[in-house]
Amino acid sequence: MTHYVRTKDAPLLPPPASTTGIVGWLRENLFSSVTNTILTFIGLYLIYLIVPPIINWGFLSAVWTGEDGDACRSEKVGRAVGACWAFVEAKFGQIIYGRYPVEERWRVTLVYVLGFGALIPMVVPSLPYKGLNALFLLAIYPVVAFILLTGGNIDIGTGFWIGFAVLVAILLGVAFFAASVAKIIELRDGIKGVAMFAVPFAAVVLVSSADLGLAPVETSLWGGLLVTLVVAVTGIVASMPIGILLALGRRSQMPIIRLFCIAFIEFWRGVPLITVLFMSSVMLPLFLPEGVNFDKLLRVLIGVALFSAAYMAEVVRGGLQAIPRGQYEGAMALGLSYWKMMRMIVLPQALKMVIPGIVNTFIGLFKDTTLVLIVGLFDLLGIIQLNFTDPNWSTPSTSHSGYAFAAILFFVFCFGMSRYSIFMENRLDTGHRN
Amino acid sequence: MAQAKRKAAPKKAAPKKVKLRVSDEVAVQIISMNKWYGDFHVLRDIDLTVYKGERIVICGPSGSGKSTLIRCINRLEEHQQGKIVVDGIELTDDVKKIDEIRREVGMVFQHFNLFPHLTILENCTLAPIWVRKTPKAEAEEVAMKYLERVKIPEQAGKYPGQLSGGQQQRVAIARSLCMNPRIMLFDEPTSALDPEMIKEVLDVMVNLAEEGMTMLVVTHEMGFARQVANKVIFMDEGQIVEQNEPEQFFSNPKSERTKMFLSQILH
Ligand SMILES: Nc1ncnc2c1ncn2[C@@H]1O[C@H](COP(=O)(O)OP(=O)(O)OP(=O)(O)O)[C@@H](O)[C@H]1O
Ligand SMILES: [Mg+2]
Repeated sequence: MTHYVRTKDAPLLPPPASTTGIVGWLRENLFSSVTNTILTFIGLYLIYLIVPPIINWGFLSAVWTGEDGDACRSEKVGRAVGACWAFVEAKFGQIIYGRYPVEERWRVTLVYVLGFGALIPMVVPSLPYKGLNALFLLAIYPVVAFILLTGGNIDIGTGFWIGFAVLVAILLGVAFFAASVAKIIELRDGIKGVAMFAVPFAAVVLVSSADLGLAPVETSLWGGLLVTLVVAVTGIVASMPIGILLALGRRSQMPIIRLFCIAFIEFWRGVPLITVLFMSSVMLPLFLPEGVNFDKLLRVLIGVALFSAAYMAEVVRGGLQAIPRGQYEGAMALGLSYWKMMRMIVLPQALKMVIPGIVNTFIGLFKDTTLVLIVGLFDLLGIIQLNFTDPNWSTPSTSHSGYAFAAILFFVFCFGMSRYSIFMENRLDTGHRN
Repeated sequence: MAQAKRKAAPKKAAPKKVKLRVSDEVAVQIISMNKWYGDFHVLRDIDLTVYKGERIVICGPSGSGKSTLIRCINRLEEHQQGKIVVDGIELTDDVKKIDEIRREVGMVFQHFNLFPHLTILENCTLAPIWVRKTPKAEAEEVAMKYLERVKIPEQAGKYPGQLSGGQQQRVAIARSLCMNPRIMLFDEPTSALDPEMIKEVLDVMVNLAEEGMTMLVVTHEMGFARQVANKVIFMDEGQIVEQNEPEQFFSNPKSERTKMFLSQILH
């Protein structure tokens, strides 16, 4: 039986083909004038020159598997050889883990899994428990990662604890001074602040010095993506709070604080990162007393963190300067203290405004991690380069393939950060007009 | 000083005139206060006593120091000489005292100064939650009450950028009221608004005056001054030139400068 009832929506009539659809798009964007048409053809020609060879090199004539370099030598395989992905495959373990002992690599994998596993729910805005998630990522995860990667069980003498006690005493003294003489904070807040630093710090040291039965792995064995991520993530995570404090300090009313922050920022911005790395790994040991010797990677981490903090400070300061005075006055008139005003009113707006600059700094830092190569640490790029010297794999296309793979990996991370920043910018846009 | 003691004057007030409930308790006392911006002597020998429940309108030419004066009361500006006592607390460098005073003194600005990254409701609950430590649910309830009073409860979930100027200023008033202040300062609350929005803001302020709020209002809305104020202060070149009750002030100004000023703004 036929029913004259439509079971489907009538198709919406398309707009005239001359304005939309492929033809319309082409007409509007590529052939709208004589010049555009000429440019279009030049562009097409350039694409023709560049793209097919890349596809040919990277896919069509690439070698995907092979035991050793012979697989990638054209005289052995009897055809033109493009990329030698077999090399990347063979060295994949080193690229990801460096020279980390093979039987201990599960620890690195666990650190990767925990890290990405906690990061993904953090960056997806619709998922719940952001507070707990952040607490895990910023407080628990670094300790867990540290212990897993190094093996924990660090050797801490009583000297450390004496030094620690002295430091806490000094901090308490400063807090007391700030509260009773300078009257810039409340004593209770001061003590709370010191406790908030000292207690977790002591706890972390205690846990790290406990013997958990993990074999120690020297940082000189770390390498590849592991070093890249450790340096980049430490730099990124540390540069944010330090940079914010420096930016606030640079705008402080108190001359000493302001002066200190300006000097700090200008010093670290004034020297190239290579110099910082050299200083930290070559010069610093000369100044340290005999026998005091701390880890090279740790020194590099501190150098990178302070370096990027200085850059971050200037980015954040740009945002702070764009906040109208009325925002400060509105907050102060409501009785908000300086720190609450900064935390709840000024920084959220200032940071949101400079997201592009912040991410720019992150991306720059991520790529600058390759410089650790010059102080003898083998990051992602360094370990790939190191493997070019492997005689088994000395083929004409080894280095091209290695560099291409490094570039792809870097691009994935940097492009990811860039896209995420655009996403966050749009999400945080509350459309203010003033 | 003597005239400040005067009780609510029983006069042939216009029917709308807001009743006075002035008490003998002092809300704000300013004694020979001086302030400089660098070398510029912006406030000279200011003496002013505000009793609880008083509504004081401050007017004067641009640059005469009106804003500076009321901003000294909650220490958005620092004075260099003399004494300011607010609600029994003297303003000094003591941050604690300043915070205490700011909790009790609400302020409404010419440009609203709402926080654009927070919703209207969050704007209103922020200070109660973080400064007064009110539980969130309670703060929200109070905020909704005040938003209803300024007649925009339906905007609670929006952001300031989505509201009109008049609405934003009413939110700003509600935001101050949520802190349950004892004194309200207004710095030209209507001068950034389009004419048709001025009334909605003034209505809220009249309403507030009717409830006996102590108010110091910098404004050139002379209708508002007549209706609400019990004292009008005229400032020029950093000095209080004249203070008088509104009827006297408008009909029979004492100083030449006041006359000049009034002739300019009342056409
Ligand atoms: N931060 C500052 N630094 C230096 N001078 C200032 C500052 N703020 C205000 N002044 C000056 O102090 C004087 C008084 O300013 P104030 O803002 O109190 O005037 P006003 O009476 O409120 O004027 P208006 O009606 O235009 O708002 C003006 O001459 C102004 O230029
Ligand atoms: Mg003003």
